[in-house]
Amino acid sequence: MSLLSVRDLTVSFPTSDGVVRAVRGLSFDVEAGQTLGIVGETGSGKSVSALSLLGLNPGADISGSAVFEGTELLALRQDQLRRVRGAEIAMIFQDPLSSLHPYYRVGWQICEAIRTHRRTSRAEAMRQAVELLRMVSIPQPERRVSAFPHELSGGMRQRAMIAMALALRPKLLIADEPTTALDATVQAQLMELLGGMQRELGMAMIVITHDLGLVATVADSVLVMYAGRGAERADYRTIFRSPHHPYTRGLLASIPGAAGSGGRLVPIVGQPPSLIRIPSGCAFHPRCPFAMDVCVRDQPPFVPVSGGEGHLSACWLPPDAVGVDAAADVARQRYVEGRRGPAIARLRAAVAGARPGGAVAHG
Amino acid sequence: MIRFVIRRVVQGIVTLWVIVSLVFVLFFMTNPDPARLLAGKSATLSEVASIRAALGLNHPIWQQYLSYLGRLLSGNLGESYKLHEPVTTLLGQWVQVDISLAVGAGIIWLILGLSVGILAARRPRSVWDRSATVFVLTGLSTPTFILGLLLLYVFFYVLTTHGISIFPGAGNYTPFLTNPAEWARDLILPWLTLALITAATYARLSRSSLLEVLGEDYIRTARAKGLSERRIIYRHALRAAITPIVTQFGIDLATVLGGAIITETVFGLPGLGENVVSAIGREDLPVIQGIVLVAAAFIVVANIVVDAVYAVLDPRVRLS
Repeated sequence: MSLLSVRDLTVSFPTSDGVVRAVRGLSFDVEAGQTLGIVGETGSGKSVSALSLLGLNPGADISGSAVFEGTELLALRQDQLRRVRGAEIAMIFQDPLSSLHPYYRVGWQICEAIRTHRRTSRAEAMRQAVELLRMVSIPQPERRVSAFPHELSGGMRQRAMIAMALALRPKLLIADEPTTALDATVQAQLMELLGGMQRELGMAMIVITHDLGLVATVADSVLVMYAGRGAERADYRTIFRSPHHPYTRGLLASIPGAAGSGGRLVPIVGQPPSLIRIPSGCAFHPRCPFAMDVCVRDQPPFVPVSGGEGHLSACWLPPDAVGVDAAADVARQRYVEGRRGPAIARLRAAVAGARPGGAVAHG
Repeated sequence: MIRFVIRRVVQGIVTLWVIVSLVFVLFFMTNPDPARLLAGKSATLSEVASIRAALGLNHPIWQQYLSYLGRLLSGNLGESYKLHEPVTTLLGQWVQVDISLAVGAGIIWLILGLSVGILAARRPRSVWDRSATVFVLTGLSTPTFILGLLLLYVFFYVLTTHGISIFPGAGNYTPFLTNPAEWARDLILPWLTLALITAATYARLSRSSLLEVLGEDYIRTARAKGLSERRIIYRHALRAAITPIVTQFGIDLATVLGGAIITETVFGLPGLGENVVSAIGREDLPVIQGIVLVAAAFIVVANIVVDAVYAVLDPRVRLS
């Protein structure tokens, strides 16, 4: 049985402009001791779904199921959920400067996390805080424990944040864009640290990021999200070598130096959709170079495809249309040609009308 | 920290010097002949002339200005034209009333304002929040003299005519050292008058400050740590939201210390505010000068204290 099993998670926020449907029927599993990478653009619902598991989305309408070690998280009351937060499932966030309380010393904040869940003396908690800072390779932990967050560097702060998250040896760590606010060398060090900690403590991890390259360094499996739904899911090798979904294909082509891009960066055309007015059918169809009439009409099911074991994709292309090389793209193009009719024609006319002289670009 | 205090004290002295000079210029330009004021209605011209000579009013203006500054530096604020007592003695008596007024009212408005603000911020758009908005609007739009008179009418007049004389009417003031219980009884209505109106500002300020902090990332972290809502509000959110409130409190306290003109007048309290009004009425220049100086000094000192406290409250602020 999986450590965490999420089924048909749906999260929406009522706003004055309409209902924002941030997550629409998302399902995934996290196995004990494994790392799941959740990848997607801003607004794809990746952070929202993680926050929803712990009830950290005030004002959200949440439905579906999220079973963690046999407990249905979405049915827990706030006081029951508090016992899970920090102790069983811990979280770290994107910007460590704004995520640590600016008025309290780092050690105090770590002690607070420990003493909230365990009966521990102040002195013992402080000793553990120093130990934790040492564990995440902060130099001179005895001194840094009494530093304020603003006195530490960005990487150091995130290490302190990780130390706090690991204080109670959680079974699952959710890292929400853990390195986005940091520079590249620090990013690599931190991912290495997270990977090391995970092996040492045997915990499971969900790494949320918009950076597929980052996922490659830590994740056992990858879930690609688009407009609040799972687009593709596979182990990380399959995602990189034999992607099925054109969105995953587009993400890979926009990684600098990635295979299949011929050395050129190819952006995905257009903008992520509004989560209030989500496109019909497959939400990706307005940006998809392989869009067919069926894509405009019907939402594709999340079904197995032929990239490897456990490879799932929500796309109307044939199950064997996998791969990143030119031949795979040509095969996709050939399959698509006979299946474009009035719906695609209307779509192209609309795009051309919106951008005078333009046509649907083929990424 | 020490360098900061020294710099701010020097700045404060310069501010006070500018204010003192402005007061001097203002009176020199607008006021009637002080010698004539002092001499009284039936004085002869030669009597007026001798008083003028005694006050040094025949000297050129810069000499008068310098000797005025010299007297101020030696702590001599002159003597009241009409009360015939040293201004420093008078100020010493009157300021006690304002200290009493400020301490009591300050405590009430801080507790009341913060409570209403916290209540409103914890449940935005709830009945509590809407009631708080009504409280704030009422407080902000009620004139002090209306509220003061209303309290006097209800708690003094109506209660007393019904045989319940708990609250005294206007014109009563007992020094704290004479009888603390009587002191509090005499001041409770003025305290409430000042506090109810000022609390509205604090309710609004603490609500908005708290709501802003509650949206911060570190509050989400606190929730993710599994802290109780209570601890999140009081240890995490309020700790950060309190800084602008402290600033406001320092300045407001200093303002009341420098004389609450309307409240003192309504309740007949012999503080700086009431006395500056009567001093203006009888053209008592030294008294007016003295009160202006004291009121300005309170504001200047409060600003320095507030900045120092800010640095204590917020570890990110470095004073240098």
